[in-house]
Amino acid sequence: MAKAFQRIYTRLEGITKATVVLDAKRVMNDELATVDGRLAQVVKISGDRVTLQVFGGTEGIATNSEVVFWGEAPSLNVSEELAGRFFNAYGKPIDGGPEVEGEHREIGGPSVNPYRRQQPSQIIPTGIAGIDLNNTLVSGQKIPFFADPDQPYNQVMATVALRADVDKIILGGMGLTNDDYLFFRQSFENAGKLSRIISFVNTTDDPPVERLLIPDMALTAAEYFAVDKNEKVLVLLTDMTLYADALSIVSNRMDQIPSKDSMPGSLYSDLAKIYEKAVQLPSGGSITIIAVTTLSGGDITHAIPDNTGYITEGQLFLRHDSDTGKVIVDPFRSLSRLKQLVIGKQTREDHNHVMNTAIRLYADAADAKTKLENGFDLSDYDLRALDFAKEYSLQLLSIDVNINITEMLERTWKLFAKYFTKEELSIREDLVEKYYGN
Amino acid sequence: MQTQTTGKVRGIIANLLTIEVDGPVAQNEICFIHLGDTRLMAEVIKVTGKNASAQVYESTRGLRVGDHVTFAGHMLEVQLGPGLLSSNYDGLQNNLATMDGVFLKKGEYTEPIDRETAWDFKPLAKAGDKVTAGDWLGEVMEGWLTHRIMVPFTMTETYTVEKVTQEGSYTVDQTVAVLKDDKGQSHPVTMVQKWPVKRAITAYKEKPRPFKVMETGVRTIDTFNPIAEGGTGFIPGPFGCGKTVLQHAIAKQAEADIIVMAACGERANEVVEIFTEFPKLIDARTGRHLMERTTIICNTSNMPVAAREASVYTAMTICEYYRAMGHRALLLADSTSRWAQALREMSNRMEELPGQDAFPMDLPAIISNFYARAGIVTLNNGQTGSVTFIGTVSPAGGNLKEPVTESTQKATRCFYALSQNRADRKRYPAVDPMDSYSKYLEYPEIITYFAEKVGPEWIDTIWEGKNYVRRGKEAYEQINILGDDGVPLDYHISYWKSELIDFIILQQDAFDAIDASTPMERQEYMYTKVINICRQNIEFEDFEDCSAFFKKLINVFRQMNYSKFQSEEFKRYETEIEELLTEKVQA
Repeated sequence: MAKAFQRIYTRLEGITKATVVLDAKRVMNDELATVDGRLAQVVKISGDRVTLQVFGGTEGIATNSEVVFWGEAPSLNVSEELAGRFFNAYGKPIDGGPEVEGEHREIGGPSVNPYRRQQPSQIIPTGIAGIDLNNTLVSGQKIPFFADPDQPYNQVMATVALRADVDKIILGGMGLTNDDYLFFRQSFENAGKLSRIISFVNTTDDPPVERLLIPDMALTAAEYFAVDKNEKVLVLLTDMTLYADALSIVSNRMDQIPSKDSMPGSLYSDLAKIYEKAVQLPSGGSITIIAVTTLSGGDITHAIPDNTGYITEGQLFLRHDSDTGKVIVDPFRSLSRLKQLVIGKQTREDHNHVMNTAIRLYADAADAKTKLENGFDLSDYDLRALDFAKEYSLQLLSIDVNINITEMLERTWKLFAKYFTKEELSIREDLVEKYYGN
Repeated sequence: MQTQTTGKVRGIIANLLTIEVDGPVAQNEICFIHLGDTRLMAEVIKVTGKNASAQVYESTRGLRVGDHVTFAGHMLEVQLGPGLLSSNYDGLQNNLATMDGVFLKKGEYTEPIDRETAWDFKPLAKAGDKVTAGDWLGEVMEGWLTHRIMVPFTMTETYTVEKVTQEGSYTVDQTVAVLKDDKGQSHPVTMVQKWPVKRAITAYKEKPRPFKVMETGVRTIDTFNPIAEGGTGFIPGPFGCGKTVLQHAIAKQAEADIIVMAACGERANEVVEIFTEFPKLIDARTGRHLMERTTIICNTSNMPVAAREASVYTAMTICEYYRAMGHRALLLADSTSRWAQALREMSNRMEELPGQDAFPMDLPAIISNFYARAGIVTLNNGQTGSVTFIGTVSPAGGNLKEPVTESTQKATRCFYALSQNRADRKRYPAVDPMDSYSKYLEYPEIITYFAEKVGPEWIDTIWEGKNYVRRGKEAYEQINILGDDGVPLDYHISYWKSELIDFIILQQDAFDAIDASTPMERQEYMYTKVINICRQNIEFEDFEDCSAFFKKLINVFRQMNYSKFQSEEFKRYETEIEELLTEKVQA
């Protein structure tokens, strides 16, 4: 890693758990350095006094450690060779393969001019009705799963990624357990799609501060394929809560005043910088981001999911449905803000109506259930709604469903006809004539 | 001219620089940091001895201690002149449309106003006239809008017009008038002038209390909580409650001459929606494309944080400029919370003692100063112009007890609270009818205005309607506790009357061609009809009879909302309602 113009220092003035301080001249903001062989980045300069954030932590670092400045910000070599490879947070291979040759590009680069963006308009089908039918994904969208830690979000995300019709899938794993990392690796291998997949992984074995590099690494690779190669790229980021936790560790070490939930005051901007990389480009390339934000006890008012919700274009909630024993995509709390750009346009004309009606009837069933629990009598309608809800959950909402959107619509019409009269649906008349009971 | 102050970078933390200066430096002065061949713009936000702290409007990656800095000698300014309308700017008024490439480049600044376009100038003032800042010297047609060329706002003395150029075609930099001050010195005036954004433009005679209403076509606003022309309002709400949809609806329909939309730290795709749709959509009032009256100031969430703060000031200054021409401007800022967060990030880096939630202590003052720039004004020539301001607020965790919401509530007169509960039940717009308010309903000027424009009893009818909604809500709570059979029938009737108002007046389908926008005349017609039904004492056998009747009624009323006003269809539904009522009363 040695470069021509290296400036080497051997005297540290201060050490904390995550940072070291030394006197050095002509240091660049954001510049990389190694401290006793560990990677670090300049985060503060005051006169000659430079503060370095040491990604791997500072355990065992001595005041006479060697500090080498690199003269450049964190970078990644980009080329077609990235495809099919696994890297760590620094962009170094962890799959035993050779270093990637290619253009040396700084990570965390500039944003797309909003005036040059295109409106997202391409549907990304996943086969999961809870997503395709009720919360349709669109290329160029950014959307997280809001999930409790015990829910199978990584499995669902892997399924979505493998079914999605995209050119490249880029996994940014932050604080993945080794088991989950191997799970992703195996799923990609078993699907025979390894050549389309690039992974940047920080596992729970690695130092937490390293995670901060993962999203920028993943998105720099994504921009290479989307902008330079006009490809459709899907980026998976899991788990963004652990990323935000790493941010708060660093800001704490730098004596910054915390705002809500001990998070740094810049959390919104920090998260937005990542999520806003999702884009539909005029050349046809696109970056779609599906992320995971784990919740604690389903609390979405915590600063991390709260700020995320304001940035992303909707959110997907997973829920364990006790009536059917399935994990379903919750139709009430999930939302895809961009779905109206594609439904009824790239899908069948009745999509919007079927979606809304089914959810309304599902809500009626929820009301009926409450009535039942409170000991009130159920009407005939209530009973039918309950039966409908059970089948709807089993045949459509469950995450193990894999059918195309037209089949989803037909299935729902069949359930409508089985349990409800035309009047109870109150769908536009011409659509009822065409699809009800056919 | 004094020699230019220069400096050297001494410290860097994120986008905050410490610069050692060699000469005089002003608070809020603009400076440029030399990074190779590019110049990065920054603003001085604190001075201590020889050291100035500056926030950089760009990423500071690659800067070093010792880098050269030059000071501009002025505060952050915008250029004001013909060509602002329909433009798309970033927070610092760089034209986004003329930038090269897909990515924003560091240090790339583009001209906000086209220097080549020639405008057909018509003189309004003549030689010998006494004029001062903001007085009209001439006019050009900026598309459909009469754009007045004024005495620059910085020229606050009294001047004598020496010459106004004759009618003809000129570019913005050509001299169109010459003014002489009382010392006999001549001042050439062009069509373009500069103004520091953080200062309010006060080139007007007086700022009276608002005395008329600005129609938005949104019923829950116009009928229940109207906003005055020149008034201030804000929309707080958790994510997913339809803040943006409501703001876009107002942008599309509001009775204003020009709309400035400040996308402040929000999603880029929402701005793309405006870029894509506004050039196609037609303004129902004028028949022109919406983009012809819209200017967009866009600093999306991934653009540099410091410029986010500047963006709302830039937008406000452009509004004030058009107000001085006698136009009605509407400023929509989405969202002011992101602006406050930008202030917080800076204050934090400067290690200031924090206030609540780590926001700077002076946040309430900054917010109220900013909202105070809105208003209807009487210009020197007796004409009026206005800036109406509606901001959105994104309260953390949807909790309204946080500093930005609380400070904004003190500074504004209209409060449109978006409720999670209404949004969950798909009752859009999710403006809560009970929590929301408009202080203008208590203004004697507005009461007089409604009495003349709509009718003497209109204001009373509004309060009456609000009361039905309140009673309905109370009844609903009782029904929920005691069960359908556990309350007197009257409770059910109260509840259903409030549902009638909710479904027919307060809820509105923003995506339906007809229902999306309701002119005042139609609002009055429908609201009066609904209130008249609420006033009747209809007898019911039991609560099921009551709910069945109102459900039927609501269904027909809804069809009416979806039909063209006073069309065949509309009248047919109206007759159907009459029949339903007669049937019930006779039975």
